[in-house]
Amino acid sequence: MTWTLFHKLGSPKWFYEISSRWLPGLACAAVLLLVTGTVWGLVFAPEDYQQGNSFRIIYIHVPAAFLAQSGYIFLAVAGLISLVWKMKLADVALQAAAPVGAWMTVLALVTGSIWGKPTWGTWWVWDARLTSMLILLFLYFGVIALGQAITNRDSAAKACSVLALVGVVNIPIIKYSVEWWNTLHQPATFTLTRKPAMPAEMWLPLLIMVVGFYCFFAVVVLMRMRLAVLQRESRTAWVKAEIERTMPKRTLR
Amino acid sequence: MSFESIGDFLAMGHHGAYVWSAYGLTLLVLTGNIVWPIMARKHYLQVEARRLRREERA
Repeated sequence: MTWTLFHKLGSPKWFYEISSRWLPGLACAAVLLLVTGTVWGLVFAPEDYQQGNSFRIIYIHVPAAFLAQSGYIFLAVAGLISLVWKMKLADVALQAAAPVGAWMTVLALVTGSIWGKPTWGTWWVWDARLTSMLILLFLYFGVIALGQAITNRDSAAKACSVLALVGVVNIPIIKYSVEWWNTLHQPATFTLTRKPAMPAEMWLPLLIMVVGFYCFFAVVVLMRMRLAVLQRESRTAWVKAEIERTMPKRTLR
Repeated sequence: MSFESIGDFLAMGHHGAYVWSAYGLTLLVLTGNIVWPIMARKHYLQVEARRLRREERA
């Protein structure tokens, strides 16, 4: 990345303009992928010979768990950029992504619990994978609470960045929890080195769902960032012009 | 197609309650995540536009 691009990325106005061009495409991709993946996974994928149809929960559980972890790594990267270069937009990104990541963690935990009941015979066990995911949720809560508790924007940015960076140690713990400890949880479905242990008509829709969830995450985070940028820059001429443009006089009483 | 009929599809081989509650909850959370920023943006733009009008008149 060249430095000019880096500085441009730090400009809220530039971000606001470029993101409005990315959003429609990303949103279309998200809808298309999520609908395709869901229909394929629910209707056309063959049933699992051991778990029956309850295995179809995989098509939302695994993507949600992916995003829960990727979302936290995103927070940590944004936190690093915000700490080192004091880039305001990185703090905007961190604050915007934290609630979305938390929701993904909730989804992963809840769908996992629903899947666990027919598969393991229990809704919850205090095993390494599940516990470390619960800790991830609390880390998200910590970042969100810290961001809201500190009114000074610069101090809040610093505190949240540090927490995001420290908490990232939990990510490899989650990843390797199924190898380091005895666990009920099955090992990873996708790895970079091996072919998935399931047939293509089972893992292809899963891959589509994972990519779809990434697009969805990007859309939601961009939307939240755009709103935050408007709020933070509300005194500038370009935001006033944008408000004029989107809210013409006759729409207001 | 891995189901014989609509009824078969809804039953999910005795796992219907699990599969559909998981998908229903996910749909709810995803929809909420999309709707919230749209509503918040609309609200913000309205409030700010009113503020700008007031300041214009003043």
